[in-house]
This record gives sequence, C-alpha cells and structure tokens, in this order.
Amino acid sequence: MTEFEAVIGLEIHVQLATQTKMFCGCKPVFGEDPNTRTCPTCLGLPGALPVINEAAVDFGMRLGLALGCSLAERSIFHRKNYFYADSPKGYQISQYDEPLCSEGELAGVRINRVHLEDDAAKLVHTSETGRIHGAESSVVDFNRAGTPLAEIVTEPDLRSAAQAREWLQLLRTTVKALNISDVNMEEGSLRCDANISVRPVGQKELATKTELKNMNSFRFVEKGIEAEIERQRILLESGGTVVQETLHFDPRTGSLTALRSKEEAHDYRYFPDPDLLPVSVDSEMVERARAALPELPAARAVRYAETYGFEQELSERLGFEADLGDLFEAVLEIRGKASDPRLAATWVSGEVFSRVEQDAGSAIEASTLAELLELLEGERITTAAARQVLDRVLAEGGSPADIVASEGLEKVGGGDALAAAVEIAIAAHPEAAAKVTAGEHKALGSRRWWRGAQRNPCSPWRRVGFITWLNNPQRQRFHSQRRWSLC
Amino acid sequence: MSSDLTTLSASAASAKVKSGEVDAHELFEQWRERSRLDDLNALSWSADSVPAEIHTGGPLGGVPLGVKDLFCTEGVPSQSGSKILEGYLPPYSATVVDALAAAGAPLLAKTHQDEFAMGSSNENCAFGAVINPWDRGRVPGGSSGGSAAAVAAGLVPWALGTDTGGSIRQPAALCGVVGLKPTYGSVSRYGMIAFASSLDQAGPITNSVADAALLYSQMTGRDVHDSTSVDHPDPVSEVPAADLTGVRIGVPTELSGEGIESGVLDAFNASLELAKSLGATVEPCHLPHAPHALSAYYLIAPAECSSNLARFDGVRYGLRVDPGEGLDAMYGATRSQGFGPEVRRRIMLGTYALSSGYYDAYYGRAQRVRTLISQDFDTAFESFDVIATPTSPCVAFELGSKTDDPLSMYLSDFCTVPMSLAGIPAISIPNGLSEGLPVGLQLVGPAFSENRILGIAASLEAAIGFDGSAARL
Amino acid sequence: MIDRSEVLHIARLARLSLEETEIEAITAELSSILDHVDQISSLDLEGVEPTAHSVAQSGALRPDVPVESLGKDAVLSQAPATDGSGFEVPSPGGGS
Ligand SMILES: [Mg+2]
Ligand SMILES: [Zn+2]
Repeated sequence: MTEFEAVIGLEIHVQLATQTKMFCGCKPVFGEDPNTRTCPTCLGLPGALPVINEAAVDFGMRLGLALGCSLAERSIFHRKNYFYADSPKGYQISQYDEPLCSEGELAGVRINRVHLEDDAAKLVHTSETGRIHGAESSVVDFNRAGTPLAEIVTEPDLRSAAQAREWLQLLRTTVKALNISDVNMEEGSLRCDANISVRPVGQKELATKTELKNMNSFRFVEKGIEAEIERQRILLESGGTVVQETLHFDPRTGSLTALRSKEEAHDYRYFPDPDLLPVSVDSEMVERARAALPELPAARAVRYAETYGFEQELSERLGFEADLGDLFEAVLEIRGKASDPRLAATWVSGEVFSRVEQDAGSAIEASTLAELLELLEGERITTAAARQVLDRVLAEGGSPADIVASEGLEKVGGGDALAAAVEIAIAAHPEAAAKVTAGEHKALGSRRWWRGAQRNPCSPWRRVGFITWLNNPQRQRFHSQRRWSLC
Repeated sequence: MSSDLTTLSASAASAKVKSGEVDAHELFEQWRERSRLDDLNALSWSADSVPAEIHTGGPLGGVPLGVKDLFCTEGVPSQSGSKILEGYLPPYSATVVDALAAAGAPLLAKTHQDEFAMGSSNENCAFGAVINPWDRGRVPGGSSGGSAAAVAAGLVPWALGTDTGGSIRQPAALCGVVGLKPTYGSVSRYGMIAFASSLDQAGPITNSVADAALLYSQMTGRDVHDSTSVDHPDPVSEVPAADLTGVRIGVPTELSGEGIESGVLDAFNASLELAKSLGATVEPCHLPHAPHALSAYYLIAPAECSSNLARFDGVRYGLRVDPGEGLDAMYGATRSQGFGPEVRRRIMLGTYALSSGYYDAYYGRAQRVRTLISQDFDTAFESFDVIATPTSPCVAFELGSKTDDPLSMYLSDFCTVPMSLAGIPAISIPNGLSEGLPVGLQLVGPAFSENRILGIAASLEAAIGFDGSAARL
Repeated sequence: MIDRSEVLHIARLARLSLEETEIEAITAELSSILDHVDQISSLDLEGVEPTAHSVAQSGALRPDVPVESLGKDAVLSQAPATDGSGFEVPSPGGGS
C-alpha cells in the first residue's frame, strides 16, 4: 500500500487597518449603512483614478520585514482583469511579478511573497437560502471595496492540516503584534485559502493541486484541509486523478464543492496599471518600517522560555499575545528581581486573561497588578482574596492595598485577630448585626445564604454570616477545608 | 442690443472682462445664444442659463468653455460619446474642469466625440456624427471633433479636447484651429473618462496660439487625485512669439513623405520655407522607429481600453440590458448593445493582446517599441529644437468614406501617434488650405517644452496668416 | 492569424456577446489589424526595456488621511436597479 503525504501552501489575505482605503480617501469602516463609504474611485466611476495609500505601503513593509522578506526598491501594481459583481472596475489592482516583499520565512515555512491589493465589494444574495445558486438577484455594497489587503503567499511547506492551522495561528499573532490589522477570521479581516496536493511519500515532484476557499475560522481551516486531503487520498488510492479546480468547503456539512470548472479557468490578463507609477521604497521608508517592528511573537516566546524556564504553553501564551506579554514584563519591571516571574506569568496568562479575554492590556494597569501580586506574594492576602480584589479593580478601579484595607481582606490567623476582624465587620454592618442579634441568624445558615455568599462574597450578609459561622461548632473543620478570607 | 462679443478672440474677451469693459454674464449669455446655432451636431449639451457666479477675477476672465463629452462634469451629462453612458450624470467634476472654472472659464457646452475617444472622424459617436463646418459632407476629424468643429464654427470661444494618439491635433488640423497635446502628466486626468491611461492627455483647442497658451496655463499642475500627474517645471504664462533666428527645425523623413497627400505636403513645404525666411534652419532628421509607432499604438491603446472599459457593466451607472439569464448574460448583452462597433473591436483587440500566451508577443513588444520611439526623439532633440511634420496625412475626408475599413482609418494617426507614445508635447496650427480645406502643421518638442513650441507656433501662425472665418456659422 | 474559436474565447473574456453573423466579420477585421501590427515582430528588441509611462518614473504616495465619502443618494442615483441601499444585480449563478 502506497503511503501518501499532503503538500499544503497557504494564501492569506490580511485587511490592513489603515485610516483610508488602498487607493482612495474613504474610511474602511464596517457595519456601516451599505454604500455610504464610497467615492468615485472605489465605486469605479468613469474617470476616477487610484492613488496609493502610503500607510498601506508602510504596513506592507512591516509585514514583509516581520516575515523575513526582502523588500523591493521598486514594485509595481498590475491589473488583474475579471468580471464579477463584487469588482467595481472589472479588475483588481494587485501586485504581480514585482511585489513589495518576497522570499521570507516564518517558523520553517517559506514565504514566497507579500503583496498589496484592493479588496472587493460585498455581495449580498437575496435568496431565502442565502446561497449563490438559486438566488433571484443580489445586492452589492461597495463599502468594503478598496480596503487595503496584504496577500501572503507561502511555499508548499506544510504537511498536515493541523500543522497548517498551527502555523496560521502563529501568523495571526505575528500580524497582530505588528498592529496593522484586526486579523479576525470571523469578520474576514484575516482570510485563508489553501493549495493542497497529495503525493506518494518519497516523490519529489508536486502533484496536481486544488485550491480550497472560504474557511472562515481556524477550526474550519483544519477541517477543510483535512477533508480535501482525505478526498484526494481516496481518489488516488482508487486509481483516479486529481483535477485542478477551486473548491468551496461547507463547514456545516463538511462537504467540498467545485466553484467553477476548469474550462472556465481564468485568464486574468495581468498588465501594469497605467494609472499608477512604480512604487519606490527608499531607505528612509524601510528604516521607519523597521523601527515600528515590535519583538515578534515567536522570538518573544523563545525568550520567555529561555529567561524564565517557562514551559512552551506558558511561554507562547505570553509571547503570542502581545498585550499579555507587555503586561507581564511591566509587572516584573515594577516588582523587581525579588519577585517570582512564574507567579506574575500565571496571573497574567490565567486570572487576568480569563477575566478580560483579549483585552488585558487596556483593562488593568501593570502597577495595579504588581501591587496585588506583592500583597499575594507577601502572604498578606489569600489567593481567593486576591481574585476578589482583581474583580473589584477590574469593575471599579482603585488600589488593591486600599481595597484590602477598607474591606478588611487581610489574611487573619484566628484568635485575637479573628475577634478583631469580627468587631470590624459588626461595626461596618450594624443593621445586619442587629438582625443576627434579633435571632434572624438561623436563616443565615441555610444553603441559600451560602450560595448567595458565594455569588457576592463581600456582601453584608456574608459578613454577618461569618458571625453566625463563628458560633458554629463545625467551624474548625470548615476552616481546615478551605482557605478563607474575611469580608 | 450691445455689440457682438462672440467675434472677440478668447484672449481679447478675457482682457476686456478683466479690465471691466465687458460684463462676464453678458459675454456668457451671448455665447449661450451662439451655441444654440449648432447645426453640426458639435455640441452634446449647452447651458440653460448663465451661471450665477463667474470667477471674473481669475486669469481667464470669465470666458466660457466648451468641454469634450468625456470630461466628468457634475450634474451635467458626461457620456463619452457612448450609448452605454447615455444621460449619465456624474457626482463629481474632472480636476481640469474645476480648475478652469476656478480660473474663470465657466462651463458653456459639452462637445460630441468619437465613442470613448476611439476614432479619427467622429463617426463613431453614438449620438450621430459631427459635421465639418468647412464642408458639410466631410468629417471634422476625431476624436475631439465636436470641440474642433465648435471652435472653428464659433459656437464656443475655446474648448477642451483630449489626445490619445492624435485626437486633439488631427481634428484641429481638419477644422482649421489650434490644438495642443501637452506633455503627458502635465494635466490631471482625474475625471476624464479613460481611453488609454498611459497616453490620454487633455489639451486646449482654440482659434489661436495665444488662446491655447492662455487656456493651457491654467490646466497644468500636479493633482493629488492623479499619481501620474506632475508639476510643470516650466509653467506656461504669456507666450510671446519666438524669434525664429537660429531655431533648428528637424523634419523627420519618415513622417513627411510617403502616405502624405500632395496638397498637404505642398502646404507643409511652403511653411518650412516661411520658417527659413524668418531665420530658422530646416533640415531632415530621422525617427527610425516612427513607422512602427502605429502598430505599437494599436496594441497598447486597445489593451488599456479593454481594461478601462470593463467598468461599464450595467451595475452602478449607465445602460443595462438584462435578458434575465443571470449576471454574465446581463454583462454580455449590456456591453454588446451599449458599445459601438469600433469600441467592441478595440476591446477585442486589446483583450487578445493581453491574453495568456500573447502578452509577450503583443503588449510586451509594443511597450519595448515605445522605448525605441522615445529614444529616437531624444536623439533628434540633441540636434533640433523642434520637429515639424504635417499633422494629418490628408485633409478632411468625406463622411462614410473610411468607415468600412478600420485600418485605413487608423492610418490617419500616422503623424501624431509617435509623440503620444513618447509623451512629448505637440501642437497643430492651421497651415493654409488644400482644395479649400484646412491643413495642419505639427510642431513637436521635448517633454515640458510647451513654452518653446508655443512661441515658435505663434511666430509661424503670424507668418502663415490663416483666415478661418469661412467656417464661422 | 486569429481564428473563430479564439475570437469566441476573447469575446467571452471581454463579456461581449457576439451575434453569429458578426463573428466572421470581426474575425476578418481583427486578422487584418493583427497582420498590420505584427510588423513589430520583425524588430530586434533584445535588451530593450519596456516603457509603461513616458515621463514620470515613480509616483507620489497619498497620505493616509480620510476624506468625505459620497452621499448614498449620489452613489445610487445613476444605478439601473437598486433596492434603496445597494446595487441590484442578477444572480451570478443564474442562467449559464
Ligand atoms: Mg489576492
Ligand atoms: Zn473611495
């Protein structure tokens, strides 16, 4: 039985987050009223002309540099001619044989090129099914038309669907670190097509490939490529031949459908756009782009692993999410050498990250987190209390030390300290204490109280419940079961 | 009734408005009346009323302007002579139209043209052929035939045309007026409905070299909307007639012998003698690749047009013909019925020249020939100040006489196409009559030498002493 | 020079539907034009660079500063068919 291997190359389109479109001054904003972000140029009106956006060139250069590409001193925009309702001019302005960036590498996958082009409009199909076939008519919204795209083309260096997905995720974090795109697959600011072929292991030549489109999440990229590899393998094993075609992956059914047959293969008639002159990149522009490069995710992860001895997962979590990495490093900086990097790392990548998802950097100041970790590391508060303080800080702001003091969260060990803490609690919540004194406290021992206290551990009920609990003969057992804090 | 202001030259009228002698609104109104006399099908639109505001303070002093149909004019039909754009009202105006209005040349009329500027006779206009005011059985030339005929007939004081391979110069020659094709890039193309982007250039069509210089002086400058536009290193202001003493005129043998009508050649040689008598030296020169210019042009221009005209697809503006069989059928029906035969022919030719397997042989080679043609001119300008040729190999021909043979029509551009490929400026001035019909003399200079060629043209214009009044309606 | 099937292919690429009666005529016209322009194939172009533009050599870039877009009414006003918010087009999948 012949063993087969898959050969995969990716073509990734990244929408660049510039202030204006690729060739006109319209703002590429999404979710606006249809056709309200358009002008003669991006609508393809008669007589309108394109003018290249300097920020798009700058972003393209940053991307090229980040992927280890060489930058062309002179690059050219071509016209790629094709008719479709999403194409306002009847051609896309794209780079062809003289792209802005070429020959790079990311994590062992060679980059063939990075070039700039303009995005197409959005076609809304009005049929009930929402699918192209069977639709009565469609409506075109040109707001997206002309949005700058960087297209990244890899060499066919990937060998499995899982590897393709992993690599694409690294590419995403790399682009995100550059701060040039939202790189959101669901929203279409990151789009991936795959060229897939399958050949017997040991064969050098590339086999006939197919192009797989429309995979709008990382999961679908993996599933789609997997499905296509499987289809080709079965085809080859049964003595069939692969036909060069473009396929559409339907994530709901997992099925692959041919988009157009080979007789209709496009002839794009590329030629240099006569409305545009070649783009000259001088050393000043290159230096500016280079200066704007942050430390890249892969390099950062390696640095964390080497410097702090973190395992791969933790290193990558911090390295690949620039916001988290930045926060981690800022906290270490504030706390100095004496502090524990792993504590900071796990808090940043765990507690902070889970609370604020992707937005960590903007949600908490490094100094605040450093203060909190200092309290925790100095064993002045318990982990549970630290979590509460973090919740408070994220919701309302304020200083952790102040919150600990005003809420009496400091760790207590029993005896006099405990009694003093109870006195504070009673003084702070006289009404609740009065109810307890009046005998309502029995109700407080119920499960309902306990659930409520869990939901809102800093409530007066929790505090008064504590008094009740002091009278509970089981308290020593409870105490030993969980570390608690005094609210 | 005040005096007839429409008999004044544009420059003279401009001076009188600026000095306060003539009221700009009165001037506009009289020209508006004149434009109504059009029985040549020269105009596609003319103003209903006098604009409330005319920038009389500007350098052009409020002298109204005729504008070729293919310039976008906000809210005014801009159809590029095509059925596919019939009645199209753009939401913006071409940079040069706005610039001229701001300089004091308000829009008076739009002029008919060959469809998408493809043609040398104006018979390719979807709204009917324009007629030559010198002889109503003849063509005015093209593609800016409406502008040339309107200026010659006195329907507008001056006009804008565009030139891709001779479309300003050839109709100017055939109608007995002045036409300047400027250096490529010196005038913004933004808002000009494109034919061939690397060649298209707007320029003035006027009754005199002085008028051409005045109008052109307000057209130049880099436009942020056109990245192929540049600032003119030697902007034109007032152009005094040049002293021809010692001016070296080169006459390319390739463009002044074979294929030129004898009457045209006689007039050409007579003017060269005049130039000599004024102190110029006249010697033969060589543009060895000029005979290949037409071939290169008829690959490059159609290739660019096949792409430029892809946007006419029945979706956002213009004609739509929908047989109800899906998007592609709508495209096919719209474009087949919306474009005339010459436009379709050139789209086909250009699509072929760019298509897979043919690019290198056709488009790629043509771009290399273009390099050689430019180099020929560079070499010639090492020895000559200016190059002179007949503008058109023939005088105005009879309507319908060349419509069946596209290739013979293409040969009308024989003398004008090389300069377009090289992007260099060239002016056509009236050079007397042959068999009662105007002949043109073309003067060509290096890039941005407009001041020089306008000056030389002004001297020759004075010496030739052409009288165009017979064409006035 | 150019045959019927090429003419049909080119017409398809250019989205021009040709009537059966036109095909022969346009094939002949294109052949005669191509015959003429083919004279450039005799030139020795070895080492000659192509010229895409004659004058300026590289273009100025545009600063990334937004400008006002057109109003929606102006955008849709010339459209052959709209639904009030966008341009209506026949279904890309319809017909064949
Ligand atoms: Mg692309
Ligand atoms: Zn726009």
